[in-house]
Amino acid sequence: MSASTLVTATAVTPRPARPWLTTAIVWLVLLTVPFWLPMLGGYTALAGRVLVLGLAAMSFNLLLGFTGVMSFGHAAYFGLGAYGAGLTLKYLTASTPLAMLAGVLLGGLAGTLFGLLIVRRRGVYFAMVTVAFGQIAFYIAYSWDSLTGGYDGLRGFTRAPINLGFTTIDIVNNDKAFYYFLLVIFAIATSLLGLLLASPFGRTLLAIRENERRARFLGIPIERHIWLSFSISCAFTALAGSLYALLNNFADPMGLHYSLSGEIVIMAVMGGMRAFWGPLVGAALFVVLQDYISSETVNWMSFVGLIFVLVVLFFPRGLLGMLQNRGGGR
Amino acid sequence: MTMLDVRNVTKQFGSLTAVSEVSMQVAPGELRAIIGPNGAGKTTFFNMISGFFAPTRGDIVFDGQVVTKLPVTQRVTMGMARTFQITEIFPELSVRENIRIGVESAQGLRLQFWPGGRHAAAVNRAIDEALTMSGLTPQADRLVGELSHGDQRAAEIAMALTLKPRLLLLDEPTAGMGEHETYAVANLIRRLHKNSAYTIVLIEHDMRVVFNLADKITVLAEGKLLAEGTPAEIADNPVVQAAYLGKAE
Repeated sequence: MSASTLVTATAVTPRPARPWLTTAIVWLVLLTVPFWLPMLGGYTALAGRVLVLGLAAMSFNLLLGFTGVMSFGHAAYFGLGAYGAGLTLKYLTASTPLAMLAGVLLGGLAGTLFGLLIVRRRGVYFAMVTVAFGQIAFYIAYSWDSLTGGYDGLRGFTRAPINLGFTTIDIVNNDKAFYYFLLVIFAIATSLLGLLLASPFGRTLLAIRENERRARFLGIPIERHIWLSFSISCAFTALAGSLYALLNNFADPMGLHYSLSGEIVIMAVMGGMRAFWGPLVGAALFVVLQDYISSETVNWMSFVGLIFVLVVLFFPRGLLGMLQNRGGGR
Repeated sequence: MTMLDVRNVTKQFGSLTAVSEVSMQVAPGELRAIIGPNGAGKTTFFNMISGFFAPTRGDIVFDGQVVTKLPVTQRVTMGMARTFQITEIFPELSVRENIRIGVESAQGLRLQFWPGGRHAAAVNRAIDEALTMSGLTPQADRLVGELSHGDQRAAEIAMALTLKPRLLLLDEPTAGMGEHETYAVANLIRRLHKNSAYTIVLIEHDMRVVFNLADKITVLAEGKLLAEGTPAEIADNPVVQAAYLGKAE
């Protein structure tokens, strides 16, 4: 009796009928943004922000939406990616690819090592220690004035043109070229995430999200797989962070702060954490709202918060989850 | 030759002794039922065998190897699989995906980070086999959380079987089921035992199921071994009748 009520009470999410349709629409929009965004009063750097924060939210969502593990400290890896890229450009070499690599390594390795310590924690304990690590990273960046520029942030570096051998792409002054450069990196990163989720390893993560006990009794070592998921998630988040430093030619401690971690969570949940592109949709909404409302009032976050509450109340699967569901039915 | 040899296991939770000095030997191909009143320690006993937790004292030998302190995942690799009293499945994935996860784990693909690959055909074949065996082919693409309780249980057993276990542990496979579903699951277990020669240990409350299926029965009461024997011997045992069968139902 108790068994049957428990199982039937489990909420069941209908699957989207045509996931490829969403993917096609997403790419159509992303590829054409620089041509129509200015007509709507936007600017290309705004679309760049959407890509960068969208990639961060999608990377974070590998953990939340597809492994079922909550991190409240993903800004740490985003910020480390940004500092890794910025410090490389400022002190080591004027190479954009090497700066990105350094950012990914710094954030990814920090996540890998830290993940090793915390994979045995679950639920709110896991979330709390991720916050704690984020704040440690924040205060290091904040206090280490001579290296990081402290509170004022790291300045005095610019992204370098991309040298392809036969030609050089000017991503420094040409906004459109830089947007498409970001889009290429975004495409590679999200393709890798998509392949990962469709792989046997990706399915072990879904298994852990759905039912840890059953996964363990199918022979899946839970801790090892959560650790791998966390490490991969952190590395991709760090990649997004390194792009953020390139976008702004600037890295600051707020990029490590827990408030950004919270914003990443909001983007993923608002867009739809069970949908692959959901966090990107959430990031787009967040960035546009932030840009639009913050020009009217400094209290923009309270409006974003209100919209977040409304979305969670009325579309618990997030905006994209709701749209896909309506479009496809069962 | 024994498949499972449980030697004098005891489990204490603080001052409570849930299982006390219980031994059990299961031969290859045997179907053993464990029965006993509520609180007899059946599930605790099961949890020690499957590696959910280690016994306080005593040893568990599986297929000639001491597994007393081995973690679950290693026991699974050695060929032990179990189902739970409350069905443990992946509710928001389809039946096919549920089974696929088991098959891929059994084939050692847990760390393959890309889709497809040279094992894909073998994986799909194994999935179809499991679907046919459990009778779930018509529901293969439905979410397993949407199925009836009996079908969910069949899916759970099918997932356990993807591991090609040499020992199958079933904790109350017909719990919470109606007449018809109980019959279907009992039939599935009978097929596994008679046709495929699986070694099975199960805990069960439904006495018709127990006395129809089991080769031997182990009776626990208050954490102790009360009796052991064939269904006929257990039915005639006055101690069992007094302590258990007489009181129940």
